[in-house]
Amino acid sequence: MPESTRIVVNGEEISTQPGATIAAVLASRGIACRRSVTGDLRGPLCGMGICYECRVEINGIPNCRSCQTICEPGMEVSTGGG
Amino acid sequence: MAAEKKCFDVLIVGGGPAGLAAAHRSARAGASTGIVDDNPALGGQIWRGETPHNKSEAAKWLNLPRTHVEILTGTHVFHADARSRTLFAESRLANFELHYNHLILATGARERFLPFPGWTLPNVMAAGGLQAMAKSGLAIRGKRIVVAGTGPLLLAVAAYLAKHGANVTMICEQASFTRLVRFGLGLAAQPSKIVQALGLRRDLAGVPFSANTWPMKAKGNGVLQSVVLSRNGHTQELACDYLACGFHLVPNIELLALLGCNIRNGFVEVDEFQKTSVENVYCAGEPTAIGGLESSLLEGEIAALSATGLQDATGALRHKRGKLSSFATRLETAFTIRPDLRTLCEADTIVCRCEDVVHGRLTPHPSWRAAKLHTRCGMGPCQGRVCGPATEFLFGWQPDSVRPPIYPARFESLAFVEHELGA
Amino acid sequence: MNAAAYDVVVVGAGIVGAACADAFSRHGLKIAVVERDVVGSGATAAGMGHVVVMDDSDAQFALTRYSQRLWQQLAPELPADVEYQQCGTIWVAADEEEMAEVKRKHSYYTERAVPTNILDVEALACMEPNLRSGMAGGLLVPQDAVVYPPCAARFLLERAQTRGAQLLFGSVQEIGRGAVRLADNTHLSARFVVNAAGAWAPGLTPKLDIKMRKGHLVITDRYPGFVRHQLVELGYLKSAHSLTTDSVAFNIQPRQTGQMLIGSSRQYGVEHKQIDPEILSRMLRRALEFMPALAQTSTIRTWTGFRAAAPDKLPIIGESPVDPSLYFATGHEGLGITTALGTAELLADRMMGNTPAIPLTPFLPTRAFVEHSHA
Repeated sequence: MPESTRIVVNGEEISTQPGATIAAVLASRGIACRRSVTGDLRGPLCGMGICYECRVEINGIPNCRSCQTICEPGMEVSTGGG
Repeated sequence: MAAEKKCFDVLIVGGGPAGLAAAHRSARAGASTGIVDDNPALGGQIWRGETPHNKSEAAKWLNLPRTHVEILTGTHVFHADARSRTLFAESRLANFELHYNHLILATGARERFLPFPGWTLPNVMAAGGLQAMAKSGLAIRGKRIVVAGTGPLLLAVAAYLAKHGANVTMICEQASFTRLVRFGLGLAAQPSKIVQALGLRRDLAGVPFSANTWPMKAKGNGVLQSVVLSRNGHTQELACDYLACGFHLVPNIELLALLGCNIRNGFVEVDEFQKTSVENVYCAGEPTAIGGLESSLLEGEIAALSATGLQDATGALRHKRGKLSSFATRLETAFTIRPDLRTLCEADTIVCRCEDVVHGRLTPHPSWRAAKLHTRCGMGPCQGRVCGPATEFLFGWQPDSVRPPIYPARFESLAFVEHELGA
Repeated sequence: MNAAAYDVVVVGAGIVGAACADAFSRHGLKIAVVERDVVGSGATAAGMGHVVVMDDSDAQFALTRYSQRLWQQLAPELPADVEYQQCGTIWVAADEEEMAEVKRKHSYYTERAVPTNILDVEALACMEPNLRSGMAGGLLVPQDAVVYPPCAARFLLERAQTRGAQLLFGSVQEIGRGAVRLADNTHLSARFVVNAAGAWAPGLTPKLDIKMRKGHLVITDRYPGFVRHQLVELGYLKSAHSLTTDSVAFNIQPRQTGQMLIGSSRQYGVEHKQIDPEILSRMLRRALEFMPALAQTSTIRTWTGFRAAAPDKLPIIGESPVDPSLYFATGHEGLGITTALGTAELLADRMMGNTPAIPLTPFLPTRAFVEHSHA
């Protein structure tokens, strides 16, 4: 069992505990997931894939729910999109 | 990308307690069983992060017999066709066409969100949502957390957080002490009684509990920094790192509505064997009534027995279930959301988070449909799951009909849905 | 039994009814608009909000161009939620045959002072990189625009209301001879009544030869910059032409939010609002043929609506041949948003005996009345 998983967030490599979701990792580091229609920073609300506030870009695909996605080694995450 | 086709005798949607109980019974009856859940692992909300490898009750249910049960996690159902008995689902990398003889829907419930100024700041979360995030790796040790809203869920959440090292600053219950007393937990105006009754005493020792208390405003600069509470008629501001808000649960009935099941007062109608009004479609757990863990387990078992032709074996289970229903009703009554919570929004308080529609833009409209058309409230990716129950509470609006996709789905998944033509 | 006297009662607060109320009230007429549901909730809510010049016929061109100019003049006054955006249209040609059509359209529009640009393969790819390779080219019409129709209808109605127009909610059961009767037995009296009830116009005037033509739409999550113009395949014209068969045609529009609106489909003889899965799939697959990159985008909602289609593909504007107090503003098929403003002006001119800006003869109702009710 690996001691940590390495993912890339906004170009920066970070270590996360194995099995953590992307949303948990971002929130722990104070990184907001997205900007709202009027430009406010937003983070996860429901934690269970309902609210869509946790959307980030994962491996080039926008609008993925980060609270439903477990970190995989090498995943590239971009925040601050729609 | 063509859909991967699968066939099951019994297909279960929802991997929480009701779905797991159904899966066990279905497998025991020898039926080829599939269980689908959109979370990364089974367990639903209450058993999120639980392992199948210890002696807990959760583990017992999470240990599914793989010979008979195929598990599809990270997969959500976005479309359905009752006539051809097919569900259409997708995961991050694949999409599926799931055929069934019998369908058991155990889609659970989600939290109700009530808007108030500042509720959209990062680190304001649902009560169960914060717990889910903590279970999924959110660092909470030493963080100051205010837990607010209503109902026993708050205590369960606070206990979990405290046990894992968070500094739970206060539990704020909007119900009055009178109501709590009437709830009949032998309270005698002692919050410690609730704690005892739920076996949480040790975990919540020293955590302040305040009834007649609710959040009025979350404050912070780009992130939550404090919450202003209404507390017994006064205001009090508490600095905090997280605010967890829970205002009851709303049943996830969208898939059931899409299949054409009868819905009454927001819940799915089932008979005593958990059958819905649609042939071969059963429903167990929260979508039939918010009943809690025990009730969900019983209903899951009853549904699977019914689906596999073993109705006659459900007698004892149905009897047990019947004894639980009054508790659920008493719970609802005791923790009814007070009207004050309708007055928290200011004109510029966001109500629809997907489209940033503020309260002031919604008030002129007479209905959910009118508001949706003219302000786009409810037209975002949450499909009204957040703002729908909120506006129902604020304005009395009823939601309108359900159309596919019932969750946002990839364009190609929706494009390659094939339906049988003809009657 | 209530009675009220108006100059005009307009039945239907869709974009056409709302535009009529706005135009008539501007002429100082006392107006009531009667709506049975939500303002702009009929075809108005299911349209793509495309403000487009079309050249199926000279009459259609005249009306769309006239009306488009009125939208341009109105644009500076439109509030943000109407989302008026002059993003232009690109008619996409998939092969050389369609490129010939591009050239024909270019000549036609140039002769009539509508600016257009022929795009070759490279230019098209540059403007819309997400179109698949292998397209033949296209025609850019830069003055075409898009709006969000329900809010546009509401804006026009509110303007009318500031001039004293009344908006009443109720279900109209009967109209004619200067009277309107609602389901609750309210009676309204007026010098003129306008049937602007869209797909439901024949319900009030059974001799009107209008058929319902169902359409589907899909909207995606936000992908800013994915598509920059309203894109329409030239095959759209074949789809719009067919009077009997179900058809789909590729049609995509960028909204200001970055979401993309995708259409279009046409079905006859279907009157239920539910999504038709087979047609929806066809429509989406057609879109994928033009923009394969759509495959991975997230679709959020689908919905349907009913266009009011007259047999000769022109709207019905003018007075009834049998009842001079009854006027029609309906049958706009897929051009209701574009032609709403022009329709309203023409109708107001007709009512007041003024010379209309374009010839009204092609739109007059006489041609759209049937002797016997159709099955």
